[in-house]
Amino acid sequence: MKQKKKTSGGLLRSREFSLLIVLIVLCALIQLRNPQFLTANVINSIFKNYAYTMVLAFGMLLVLLIGGIDISVGATLAFCGMAGSLLMKNGVLPNCFTVYLFTTVMGFCCGTLIGLVIAKGKVIPIIATLGFMYIYRGLTYVISDSTWVGIAYMLTDFKDFAQNSLLGVNHLVCITVVVFLIFFFFLKWTTFGRQIYAVGSNAEAAEISGIKIAKIKILVYAICGAIAGLCGAMYTGYYATAQNDMAVGAEMDVIAACVIGGVSLTGGQGSAVGVLMGAITIAIIGKSLSMVGIGAFWQQALKGAIILLAVVVNVLVQRGMDRRSLEGREI
Amino acid sequence: MATKSGRTIEYEKKRSLKATLLRWETLLIFILLAVNIMNVSISPNYLNLYNLFTNVSSFLVKGFIAFPMAYILLLGDIDLSVGATVCLASTFLGITYNSTHSIGLAILVCLVISVLCGAFNGLVLTRFTELAPMIVTLATMTLYRGFSEAILGDTSTKGMRDVAWFANLYDGRIGPVPYIFLVFVLLAVVFGLVMHRTVFGRQMYAIGANKTAAVYSGVKVQKLRMIVFTLTGFICGLSAIFYCSWMGSVKNDIADGYELEAISMCVLGGISTDGGKGNFPGVIIAIFIIGLLRYGLGLINVNSQTIRIIIGALLIIVVMAPNLRPKTRARRRKAA
Repeated sequence: MKQKKKTSGGLLRSREFSLLIVLIVLCALIQLRNPQFLTANVINSIFKNYAYTMVLAFGMLLVLLIGGIDISVGATLAFCGMAGSLLMKNGVLPNCFTVYLFTTVMGFCCGTLIGLVIAKGKVIPIIATLGFMYIYRGLTYVISDSTWVGIAYMLTDFKDFAQNSLLGVNHLVCITVVVFLIFFFFLKWTTFGRQIYAVGSNAEAAEISGIKIAKIKILVYAICGAIAGLCGAMYTGYYATAQNDMAVGAEMDVIAACVIGGVSLTGGQGSAVGVLMGAITIAIIGKSLSMVGIGAFWQQALKGAIILLAVVVNVLVQRGMDRRSLEGREI
Repeated sequence: MATKSGRTIEYEKKRSLKATLLRWETLLIFILLAVNIMNVSISPNYLNLYNLFTNVSSFLVKGFIAFPMAYILLLGDIDLSVGATVCLASTFLGITYNSTHSIGLAILVCLVISVLCGAFNGLVLTRFTELAPMIVTLATMTLYRGFSEAILGDTSTKGMRDVAWFANLYDGRIGPVPYIFLVFVLLAVVFGLVMHRTVFGRQMYAIGANKTAAVYSGVKVQKLRMIVFTLTGFICGLSAIFYCSWMGSVKNDIADGYELEAISMCVLGGISTDGGKGNFPGVIIAIFIIGLLRYGLGLINVNSQTIRIIIGALLIIVVMAPNLRPKTRARRRKAA
């Protein structure tokens, strides 16, 4: 048993390693085509642009780990971001910190509602979040009366926060790093983190061993919501506007980032490091295609092709590894 | 009927009133009635047959897709690329027409492309069975829509409605009944019969309920999945033809969100996304519930965003409602 655990740990590590190699090759290819790519300026802008995708991916990781899915993150982001911006416009939220706090708490509430419907109402996650995607996106339009909050109404310190940096690193990137570290430690070394894995790999066994599945589920969706809320503030701060259709389809990028990062959609498999690398891959693909001279209209097709290729290669690598580990055990 | 062992096997389903009333489809029919009553009370013009059919045809264009989507969900799979497939097929229809001026050829190309799109999904999913259908079709969704973006850029391709008989596909009627409605009924009957009355249909249920068991009992699971995904492509092609005949112009953002609408219709119709559960008549009723609800709310100038909230809430509440009840029933059964 102990032996088996060790090999599966090794597998996981080598899987992230193989992703790292793919990432390095990708960067090298782009660098060959365009020497401007690996400069501090470009890298900084990649991370800044995609900070919210990366942060969202960690929330999605939790949901995927328990075998669920949340396709309402984009809508939650828009709803919370819009609500925060409107309150800022009306002077209810006096400074940058309160905006971030408000959107996060609001996202937590939105997520809790989703969690309750899934855990207590026994609605399949994709249906529940599909419904809430409609609801939250609709509510975004309703609360804003289909208008948008322009740059003039944003607080100066809120706008500046998203542009300024700490020790040369943009604040949004700092948030990404902090969230990553929290998730990394939390998933690896806390009881709650391990319980999430337990629920994802075998819910029945987890329940028998005394884990309150409903509680875990609600909390996981709530955290995912809180993350989406936080991203709402990051998004509106970065673009200095709050629009009704912001982050439409963000969930697709986020799920793709998780899957490329080795998270299984059936639950119980995946790590924060993998997701970070998956998200970086998505960010690089999204940002660099124009840098290697691919026209704007081809970018989406190529992005789809690359995602498809990445998951297929992942499967082939996994098959190879499984075969090798079977040979190792002389079966 | 008593067998040798003395057990009784009922080989005929009980058809009690209570069982009929508790069926999902009965609930849906009540909702549909409620929607219709609401619509009639909103606008006395609602029952004008001509107007009603005009509206019905507009949502049937995407209603088609719910049929193969029901099959896919029944198998325990999902297909997010249907909207993009419709878009790509329409794009090819448009550009083929504009370069050859032969609408027949354009329709052929459109169908070939859509079948290829579906078959490609099926091919990837059956070759790499470890891959989750959600992520594969997510990628192909981006890919197909990306292709039409690459082909069209930010322009649109139009002119298809200049061909009278092609425009007539959508506009044409027999009496008050539009052709598209007849096609819909025909497809509904075929899809319904295949799902409930053929070996193919039973095999789909078997796969959805337990894939491993299905494999061991000799069902060709991967072949079946391949057929269903290809069929989905074909129906998307049909939808694309009607879309072009309706709008006469194609941009790269058309048919956006069809996948989620089709899934909503199926789920509201009682098809479980876990696979193996659901009946076809429910899907047909659900298509009309969602379509007519939109129409009715539109009549009283509810804006489209509020309609979206209502449909989202309806979806969740309808799916959740039966789950909140059975606790008491299970307890009663335990006591008995």
